[in-house]
Amino acid sequence: MDLNFSPEDLAFQAEVRAFLKAELSPALADKVRHNKTLTKDDMVGWHATLNKRGWLAQDWPKQYGGADWTPVQQQIFDDEASMANAPRIIPFGLKMLAPVLMKFGSEAQKAHYLPRILDGTDWWCQGYSEPGAGSDLASLKTRAVRDGDHYVINGQKTWTTLAQYADMIFCLVRTGTEGKPQEGISFILVDMKSPGITVRPIILLEGTHEVNEVFFDNVRVPAENLIGEENKGWTYAKYLLTHERTNIAGVGASKAALAEVKRIAKAETVRGVPLADDPYFAARVAQVEMELDALSTTNLRVLSSPDAAASAGSISSMLKIKGTEIRQAINDLARRAIGPYAMPFVSEALEDGYNGEPVGPEYALGVAPDYFNNRKITIFGGSNEIQRGIISKMVMGL
Amino acid sequence: MNFTHTEERQLFKDSVARFIADTYTLDARNKAAETDLGFSAEKWAQFAELGAIGALFSEEDGGFGGAPFDVTVLFEELGRGLVNEPFLATAILAGGLIAELGNAEQKAIIEEVIAGTKQLAFAHGEPKSRYDASHVETTAKKSGDGYALNGAKAVVLNGGAADTLIVSARSSGAAWDEDGLSLFLVPADAAGVARHSYPSIDGLHAAEIRLDNVTVGADALLGAEGKAWPAIEKVIARANLALASEAIGAMEVARDMTIEYLKTRKQFGVVIGKFQALQHRMATVLLEIEQARSSVINAAGRFDGSRVEREMAVSAAKTLAGKIGRLVAEEAIQMHGGIAMTWEYAVGHFAKRLVMIDHMFGDVDYHVARYVALSKEAA
Repeated sequence: MDLNFSPEDLAFQAEVRAFLKAELSPALADKVRHNKTLTKDDMVGWHATLNKRGWLAQDWPKQYGGADWTPVQQQIFDDEASMANAPRIIPFGLKMLAPVLMKFGSEAQKAHYLPRILDGTDWWCQGYSEPGAGSDLASLKTRAVRDGDHYVINGQKTWTTLAQYADMIFCLVRTGTEGKPQEGISFILVDMKSPGITVRPIILLEGTHEVNEVFFDNVRVPAENLIGEENKGWTYAKYLLTHERTNIAGVGASKAALAEVKRIAKAETVRGVPLADDPYFAARVAQVEMELDALSTTNLRVLSSPDAAASAGSISSMLKIKGTEIRQAINDLARRAIGPYAMPFVSEALEDGYNGEPVGPEYALGVAPDYFNNRKITIFGGSNEIQRGIISKMVMGL
Repeated sequence: MNFTHTEERQLFKDSVARFIADTYTLDARNKAAETDLGFSAEKWAQFAELGAIGALFSEEDGGFGGAPFDVTVLFEELGRGLVNEPFLATAILAGGLIAELGNAEQKAIIEEVIAGTKQLAFAHGEPKSRYDASHVETTAKKSGDGYALNGAKAVVLNGGAADTLIVSARSSGAAWDEDGLSLFLVPADAAGVARHSYPSIDGLHAAEIRLDNVTVGADALLGAEGKAWPAIEKVIARANLALASEAIGAMEVARDMTIEYLKTRKQFGVVIGKFQALQHRMATVLLEIEQARSSVINAAGRFDGSRVEREMAVSAAKTLAGKIGRLVAEEAIQMHGGIAMTWEYAVGHFAKRLVMIDHMFGDVDYHVARYVALSKEAA
């Protein structure tokens, strides 16, 4: 047992810190720290900065232009970047589609799409959920019917994150109705500019637009856009779940958010005494901090374990449950910390170029919206109820 | 022992409930929340006509109620409708202070409040006060026959729509002394008053208010100079009783919507309410709301007792409202899933209000600490 990073990892950490210091603009970091709205340019720009250094596709092999970092290196980067308030890496192309392409895509598909993910030519979104297929994803109904050299797609996807910016969407579609619902699903790539696609915004409860409905009305997609074999899409989608082990717990982002809570608690005062010294509040913070410190180690135990891949599905579930619940606990601390200033909601103040009169301290602006927005993290990507079901079944055999 | 309302009060509760169910829609409410006023002037007038505002004042002040249980029945129904008209700011807080301390001339304002023709706000909280109700740094200095007021007020409910503000200011003592606080009636358009009104995340409006050498006459003083604290404390207790009651109404709507969803939403070929994991959590939601209701009954029933008895019961009710309100809000969203994350679906709006109630006049931590301090006084 040795809790310390190796000398190589420490050198890597220093390199990451130097990079962030040199390349992350304070203005952008400030927006991230205060939960302000990032523009598409902010996100694309940060991807380009990372790509220039060769650090965008962190888990990709070198042959595809990736950094080929170890899981521990990826975690070090995530911790450092999060603590520096760097924008998160948009995962849809890089972390969700790319592993599937590399494993199941044709040579032509790999050669065409992977470089375009790296250089930002294609912004990808994910077409999985449907109004009737949320937790029960395999019941999806969007149909793709073969017609000569094309598939014709009809149906609807929902909760499509940042589809408003997307050039491409990777979809699970129904190509067969025989057997179990999982058996008739295919994985297909669709150009968002195709005739027949309509994107409709879904406004979230706190008033933001980050997810969408995507409608398909006789959308013709070249048959060459199918990944692997027809009716094997469920296997490919599941591969993704077992492949993805890093950053499920969101440890870096939680560390950054907890550090922000502590900053707020030092600035807020009760009768002249910092809130950080209030025993009730301090006890709440301490309990979350203990949990997060333990989760950080759980996460590293998983990442360092050579046989983790075998039980990756249930381990992902554990990391997701604890990671999201701790993150929400931090959101809860933050809203408590700002007191009555949780109420004001000047949404324009979260956008670029706002010159209006400030209301309350700047650190309070995005806190309540983020508390409500982050209710989503225990729902999406397989709700925590689904994750507990996976553990019950896969680990405990119940 | 009797846990039923008087017939008269039950009739009043039913009429408000019917009015809200028949005419008050969430959509119209949210649209009104986007206007500068922040609520519907038409609805406010209709509530006045219904006697809903008058129910919060005693007969001697021109109303037809004013008892603690009048507050709880009305606010529970307001919570059910997610009503954003300014009952709390205009009637309970500012109106309540005038009822407690006003002279005959000042009490004439109550008549206008009951008629729905006057908007008020209690400009009390400050940028550094958080929930500490005696923390007032705004100053009142003798100036000629009257006073000059200077300071800043924060998150003043209904501050933008108010015709008249009741401003708390300190004429003596340290920043958070209970002694030395005075209240002043200040026309909202008085010279030196700068208001910045904005929406809140739960569909209300509040304002940041600066007072820059605002001069008022001696007749603007509400009650005795420097002696306003007992009235402020009591009126805030009434506000917390109202908020805890409002929370119950909102919790019950969120609960019922969630139960209905559990009975209709199908995944894996069954309605999701068949999953025991959800059944047990929903059962917890159900019984916790009953606890919140009992704590509100305790607070209303003890409201007219001794100060310590009243304040402890109110802090208990507000603590349970904060704790259970959060539970209900979070569980309602989680058990609905994605649909509850949308603006279009009602339950998220109830959730936002429930969580924000914890941010008004003391959150759970504040009221637990206060309960501990009051317990020592009682012992």
